[in-house]
Amino acid sequence: MGDPALEVRQVRKDYAAGEVVTPVLHGVDLVLERGEFTALVGPSGSGKSTLLNVVGLLDRPTAGSVAIAGTDTGPLDDRALTRYRGRTVGFVFQFHHLLPEFSALENVMLPMMAGRGRADRSMVECAGRLLAQVGLGERAHRRPSELSGGQQQRVAVARALAMAPRLVLADEPTGNLDTRSADEIFALLRTFNRTAGVTFLVVTHDTRLAERCDRIVELVDGRIVSDRANGRPA
Amino acid sequence: MPFEVYVALRFLREGRTQTALILGGATVGVAVIVFITALMGGLQSTLVDKTLSSQPHLTLKRPERVARVLPAAAGEAVSAVVEKVPERIRSIEQWQRALRLVAGAPGVVAAAPTAAGSAFASRAEVSKSVAIRGIEAESFDAVVRIRRKMVAGRFRVQGTEAVIGTVLAVDLGLAVGDKLRLATAEGRQDVFTVAGIFDLGDQNVNQRWVLVSLRAAQTLLDLEAGITTIEAKAADPFTAEAIARELGPRTGLDADSWMNVNAQLLTALRSQDASALMIQAFVVMAVALGIASVLGVSVIQKSRQIGILKATGTSTGAVLRIFLVEGAVVGLAGSIAGSALGAAMCFGFAAAVKNPYGEALFPIELSPGLFLLASAVALSTALVAAVAPARHAARLDPATVIRHG
Repeated sequence: MGDPALEVRQVRKDYAAGEVVTPVLHGVDLVLERGEFTALVGPSGSGKSTLLNVVGLLDRPTAGSVAIAGTDTGPLDDRALTRYRGRTVGFVFQFHHLLPEFSALENVMLPMMAGRGRADRSMVECAGRLLAQVGLGERAHRRPSELSGGQQQRVAVARALAMAPRLVLADEPTGNLDTRSADEIFALLRTFNRTAGVTFLVVTHDTRLAERCDRIVELVDGRIVSDRANGRPA
Repeated sequence: MPFEVYVALRFLREGRTQTALILGGATVGVAVIVFITALMGGLQSTLVDKTLSSQPHLTLKRPERVARVLPAAAGEAVSAVVEKVPERIRSIEQWQRALRLVAGAPGVVAAAPTAAGSAFASRAEVSKSVAIRGIEAESFDAVVRIRRKMVAGRFRVQGTEAVIGTVLAVDLGLAVGDKLRLATAEGRQDVFTVAGIFDLGDQNVNQRWVLVSLRAAQTLLDLEAGITTIEAKAADPFTAEAIARELGPRTGLDADSWMNVNAQLLTALRSQDASALMIQAFVVMAVALGIASVLGVSVIQKSRQIGILKATGTSTGAVLRIFLVEGAVVGLAGSIAGSALGAAMCFGFAAAVKNPYGEALFPIELSPGLFLLASAVALSTALVAAVAPARHAARLDPATVIRHG
């Protein structure tokens, strides 16, 4: 089956505020095989977001290693890390985090433009296709402020997939949405998981959604306390 | 379009008020620089023109005799009071050779021989003390552009023709064609016909100068075929002092320049330059601080966007460049708008401030070089001002920004 999509070994993360060092992650091990759709659950303050940031290469671990698609990211310098993150990891945040200055289409194009340094026609087509896939083909040229919360989050999903990443990390992607929109977004993620084989790690508070994932990992106080395959995923 | 430029332009377009503020600051800055420089340039060249209208750039005279004290014999001390030797005016020796040297010197465009001395001009019972200047019409006009300054008659000094200033004409009630008697203290005298009346813009000159032919002056002043002064014009008036310092030793004459004679005016011009420069420097500083602070605020307001950009693959360098491009675009747009505004201010000033004759007080000097300079200053100021905000933006940590929403 080749290298796993994500391989986290003995990751520790401490936050230092002046003299006080607060350990947040105490040696986490986690392996996600390609194409897995995993839920990361746990109470507030258990370190879910921290783990996601470390896995997403936004933050470096204090100790331990993070390998994505077989590449150990520890030795990469900041520049190389940014490039690697741009190519291999997609993010969907709780608060859609679109740039209000740009249209939906441009928001989806931004990671591609940042990667190649300039805009070109193929990006417009690619972004347009992605928006059509999330059901927003008609609204590609609207600004985020002209879209509903659910629509904005769909744009964010399209953006996360713009660089055809191996791994998509979603931090409470439905946390801000009503049940119907939440279901739609979840279904969308599932579709990309099944059709494009993208690996997903989804942080959620919503047990109803967690139960629809292939696997559920529970984090408490910076440690993984349970990791089980879900018998009846959606 | 490069990614950084694309994002920078969009940020500028969407940040309307902020963009308007920094653009306004840069525009006003450039306009002030253009206006002050043009104003000072025009004012100064007018002042220099006025000063130089009635005096040559360079004057060369025979060195004055200096009294020397006889060396004391051994064992004796001498207490001497040295007095200046009173001298009658004397001719420059071999003046034709000296004139050729002066005329041929680099940077000199014209040279004229002059026989100058004092005399009394009288008509009927009225007499006035005047300065006789024996000249050759052509060479004198080349050195002191007088032909354009004639207010009556013509500039001609053939035979016993004389050209006088407006004030002397009024003092003695003279008009073109009238007779005028010139007499020296030594008793030589002659009668001249007024051929023309000039106005050189200098009260003293208009009252004192009587221009006659070289020949006539030589006779009146008992110079035989000699002259007292060589006057010359430099291509660039501000090189006159340097030329004078070089020509003095070469000709063996006392060379003096207008710059030396008008040291006070030059000091005034220089301090004016310095104060203009200072005003401009402060304007540049104010504009730079304005741009830096507004861009700084916009970086803080955009920290969420910057965090997202960085999280989705935008490198630290690209974020830095986005804000530098914002600075550059503001600088560029500001210099174009500012050049236009500055030029408009200049024309407005020229139209509003007039002398009693309805003419502009002085010409405003607007050159393409001035606009280029102002634009270069604006662009580099805006870029420098953008550095700190850009670095701040580049250092933002995406994880922190995203965590705090």
